[in-house]
Amino acid sequence: MNTTTLRPYLAILAAAGLLAFTPLLVDSFWLTLAIGTLNYMILATAWGQFSGPTRYVSLASVVFFGIGAYTVAVLGEVLPWPLVLLVALLTGMGMALLVGLATLRLAGIYFVIFTFGLSEMVRQMVTWYEVNITQSMGRYVFLDISQETIFWQLLGLLTLVLLGAVALHRSRLGFALRVIGGNEPMARHFGLEPTRAKLGLFVASSAVMALAGAIMAPRWTYIDPAIAFNATLSFQVVIMAMLGGMSRLWGPLLGALLMSILFEILGSHFPQAFALLLGLVFIVIVYLLPNGLSGRLSQLLARPAPDLSLKEPHHER
Amino acid sequence: MLEVKALSVRYGRHLALENAALQVKSGEIVVVLGANGAGKSTLIKAVSGLVPHAPGGRISLEDQALHALPSHKIVDAGLALVPEGRHLFSTLTVAENLSLGAFLPRTRAAAAESLEIVFSIFPKLKQRLTQIAGTMSGGEQQMVAIGRALMTRPKILLLDEPSLGLSPLLTSELFRALPGIAQRGIGVLIVEQNTHQSLAISQRGYLIEKGCIVGEDSAQELLKSPAVQKAYLGG
Repeated sequence: MNTTTLRPYLAILAAAGLLAFTPLLVDSFWLTLAIGTLNYMILATAWGQFSGPTRYVSLASVVFFGIGAYTVAVLGEVLPWPLVLLVALLTGMGMALLVGLATLRLAGIYFVIFTFGLSEMVRQMVTWYEVNITQSMGRYVFLDISQETIFWQLLGLLTLVLLGAVALHRSRLGFALRVIGGNEPMARHFGLEPTRAKLGLFVASSAVMALAGAIMAPRWTYIDPAIAFNATLSFQVVIMAMLGGMSRLWGPLLGALLMSILFEILGSHFPQAFALLLGLVFIVIVYLLPNGLSGRLSQLLARPAPDLSLKEPHHER
Repeated sequence: MLEVKALSVRYGRHLALENAALQVKSGEIVVVLGANGAGKSTLIKAVSGLVPHAPGGRISLEDQALHALPSHKIVDAGLALVPEGRHLFSTLTVAENLSLGAFLPRTRAAAAESLEIVFSIFPKLKQRLTQIAGTMSGGEQQMVAIGRALMTRPKILLLDEPSLGLSPLLTSELFRALPGIAQRGIGVLIVEQNTHQSLAISQRGYLIEKGCIVGEDSAQELLKSPAVQKAYLGG
């Protein structure tokens, strides 16, 4: 195996190794911000890995995130932590499989509407169940998991997601997915199976979101359906991935980092106008950066750079 | 040999193709001539499984029945289509577009050999492998589309209006490459409006009018025929 093929994997592992020291170096304010940012990075990358190539805009991120969080709320004190994560993962995958089988044959616009409706439906169903069956809205999450541990778990998950994304991009499935985004009937003509490829990717992406929700849940101590299934999250994830752009792996990471900082500033200075400003940011991105920052940057780099003639003078003879 | 019998296609209540029959032998170039809307593209799409045909139609390739198969199984059986308007994946490179033709298991193992065949027919593509397909000229894109179809190792190659949008010069350059494909034992079926140039490289031709095949003859006879002169050659 030669080094060029391993380089992106090693770069990801090295960056994760360095970032792992963060909790030892910063105070709790920065750690909280870092945890939020990592969570958004995971969600935006998982979203971008599915929606980038397939061009299906999913507004169901919060469904899977909320399923993960609720799994912790229900089972957190019953099962050991690794098993809780496993249940969250499997529940998320099962739900994604059902949703995917039902919807991935739909054309793009219907998919958007369906996923948005789905997040409302799941929230209402959980609310109904809690009110009528368990007769208690909201649950307490008392788990002895420190902020540092949450940070490291998120960092580990993000690392896995990025390694998986690189491997996917190089695989036949990754190639198939790039083709499908272009022209599905022609892709099918050449023997690719768009529906199966899309379904596999949707399930994987949703499983990651469920895990992120489960890891984040202990930070809340109190969870009710309105918190766990807050539709704003789905929009935030879309905005982050679009701001960063999905043509590069680091696009959603950059988008999540910038937006986390922006959310922090907006949330602490203009809490009343948060949603309004978020909408404005969305409009600006769609109008000015249709391919995101990474797309814009690649575009600028692809343009031949002006020759500034600062090269070493040639010694001609 | 490709054999089509009693092939009809309906778009709703409109009969776009009625009871069509034709044959293409291996190594033979056959052209289907007809005006806009005569049913040429419908014929070729129905044969390659991209539009459903009415019950009763029969399509066979070397005794294998194709008329009930989905489009990718038809490709796998050895019938490849170069669609009208090329339908390349414009954000992918030439190499990636070509490799798509070798996606099916049957053709994957032979991909390197297939690529050499494509280069022997279109030497230009060898230098352009890393170019993004969308940035090429129309003629070059058509070469990539034909190359992609050849990567599926077809027995029969279907070309839907390959000269569409190309200058006369590029068209003749493209058409000159087609006998090289036929020499490899591949049967070529072209549907075209460009009567002169396509008849010049073909052995036989069919005439199609209002969804019906109304005539069949050798290319030389068709070039001389007063009916063809009048209808398609403008004089």
